[in-house]
Amino acid sequence: MTGFVSFFRRLEGPQTVGRGRAFWSLFAVVLLVALAYPLFSDGYTVGNTVYFFVWVFIALSLCLIWGYGGSLSFGQTAFFGIGGYAYGVLTLNFGSAYGFTLVALVVAVAIAALFAVLLGYFMFFGRIAGVFLGIVTLAVTLMLERFMAQTAGPEWHIGSARLNGFNGMSAMPPLTIPWPGEPIVLSADIGLYYFVLGLLVVVYLALRILMNSSFGNVIVAIRENPERAEMLGYDIRKYQLITFVIGAALAGISGVLYTVWGQYITPSSMGMTAAALPLIWVAVGGRSDLTSTVVGTLVVLAAFQALTIYGSQYALVFMGVLLVLTVLIAPNGLVLGLMHWLGRLAVRFKQRAG
Amino acid sequence: MSLLELRELNKHFGGLHVTNAVNLSLEPGEIHCLIGPNGAGKSTLFRLILGEHHPGSGDILFAGENITALKSFARIHRGLSVKFQVPGVFKGLSVRQNLEIALQSRHRGAELEAEIGRLLTFLGLESEQAQMAGNLSHGQKQWLEIGMAISLKPRLLLLDEPTAGMSPEETHMTGEMVQRLNVGGMTVLAIEHDMAFVRQVAQRVTVLHLGQVFAQGSIQEIVADERVAAIYLGQAHA
Ligand SMILES: Nc1ncnc2c1ncn2[C@@H]1O[C@H](COP(=O)(O)OP(=O)(O)O)[C@@H](O)[C@H]1O
Ligand SMILES: [Mg+2]
Repeated sequence: MTGFVSFFRRLEGPQTVGRGRAFWSLFAVVLLVALAYPLFSDGYTVGNTVYFFVWVFIALSLCLIWGYGGSLSFGQTAFFGIGGYAYGVLTLNFGSAYGFTLVALVVAVAIAALFAVLLGYFMFFGRIAGVFLGIVTLAVTLMLERFMAQTAGPEWHIGSARLNGFNGMSAMPPLTIPWPGEPIVLSADIGLYYFVLGLLVVVYLALRILMNSSFGNVIVAIRENPERAEMLGYDIRKYQLITFVIGAALAGISGVLYTVWGQYITPSSMGMTAAALPLIWVAVGGRSDLTSTVVGTLVVLAAFQALTIYGSQYALVFMGVLLVLTVLIAPNGLVLGLMHWLGRLAVRFKQRAG
Repeated sequence: MSLLELRELNKHFGGLHVTNAVNLSLEPGEIHCLIGPNGAGKSTLFRLILGEHHPGSGDILFAGENITALKSFARIHRGLSVKFQVPGVFKGLSVRQNLEIALQSRHRGAELEAEIGRLLTFLGLESEQAQMAGNLSHGQKQWLEIGMAISLKPRLLLLDEPTAGMSPEETHMTGEMVQRLNVGGMTVLAIEHDMAFVRQVAQRVTVLHLGQVFAQGSIQEIVADERVAAIYLGQAHA
């Protein structure tokens, strides 16, 4: 029982902004709005919101590896692509009966994680760190993109799934939950919305608990001073590897959900632009906190899309300006800066009231 | 049996012979000071003992076990602990969290909280516990790192210039703390420039010069040694 309580007490702690009744009330309100919103909206808009949610997982993976762990990885899109392609290959071969799409989701994420075990072992136990880690991960990402781009010929297939080069794979089945009578097909609007929202809430809360645990303490300690962390007896390579693998799994979830959502995946999802965009969302939001990462990613994505209506060149310029503003005004992230400011305001308000 | 034994230890940095056939034995329970001019290779010797550097040749034995090939964290598990020359605290984390990270693998829950509280009191950092460690004064950072190092309850504590940046009073307090830990059974190897500190705590002194053990003995013997005075004590140390 005490173990149970102390487990959930980790929802709050030094590694996550937001605590106490005010924060969790706000959390509950936001969640209720998110739950009720599809009832007052149309399928297209809901589907579009799902698209935004899909990207939050890869943003969280960067938050974990870069924001908390201090290792800048350009490789998250590689795991995104591996997850997406793996889901496609699995479901195009085995179909969607008996809940197999859910199995495919799990297996695809596991494949992305397994790939991260191999790459991460090579990097961390080979003592590759800092800017070299960025270079290696970027090289792996671009290599995967190039490789997938040249798989247009009919000889490139896994089972009955053609890889299709630059055109990418398409027509994979949507997520399907087996149900007595009729299986529930999560089409890319309301059904998928609740599934992804549920997953997002679980992942967000689980990461809060993880980062405020003794494991999270070691992760931020390695970011602050790896030598000191090792001299306290921590096998830092092991901790870095585990963080990298968890991050890869999160990026893999994004990849699978993206593939599920649009029923296609192309090599450009692992390209240079795809690798850079999540870095911008996370930097602008505030990479060292889970909440600012989630909020920042959703806000920037929505703004980007709104601007794209007037032409995508404006949207890209906007992203650039946003990044420059962040670096100049709030190097730790605009949303995080705002959250800290609100926090200080609340404290002052409480002091005056009390 | 010696607690720590260095046998014919050698280390080169390029053409620089920084550790030159060093032999050194520490007896369990002693306070041993390592002195020598800047650049003598003292900090490098610590890094060899800790596994941050690997010797070109020679062996390191701890409590009879050859640890020359062990990774750093594994040496810490054997009972080594260190305070570095440049304070290595976690600057972006609170003082309290710094201590929690040091203590969490040994204590949990309420016991962990109590242990953190005790250490904060011991270090005189209670009122700074919510501060970022990076905002502490240099002396306070030294104390915090010493606190983190001793919280591991090591058998051998390595201190690299523990009193740098401290006032004479603080230096004296640090000396008393080292003696108290020693009474509790901890063996201490300290690099120190401050001769007042060395006089206060050292039971034996080793002088390192150009990577070699130059002299060894009690503090009285070392102070009386004219050869040592010539290379070290005579100079205003840089
Ligand atoms: N990582 C390194 N690479 C090259 N030279 C080094 C390195 N570390 C120390 N040195 C050199 O080794 C010598 C001894 O340094 P150090 O052990 O720090 O001396 P001390 O602690 O006695 O002042 C110095 O000349 C220093 O410049
Ligand atoms: Mg030194």
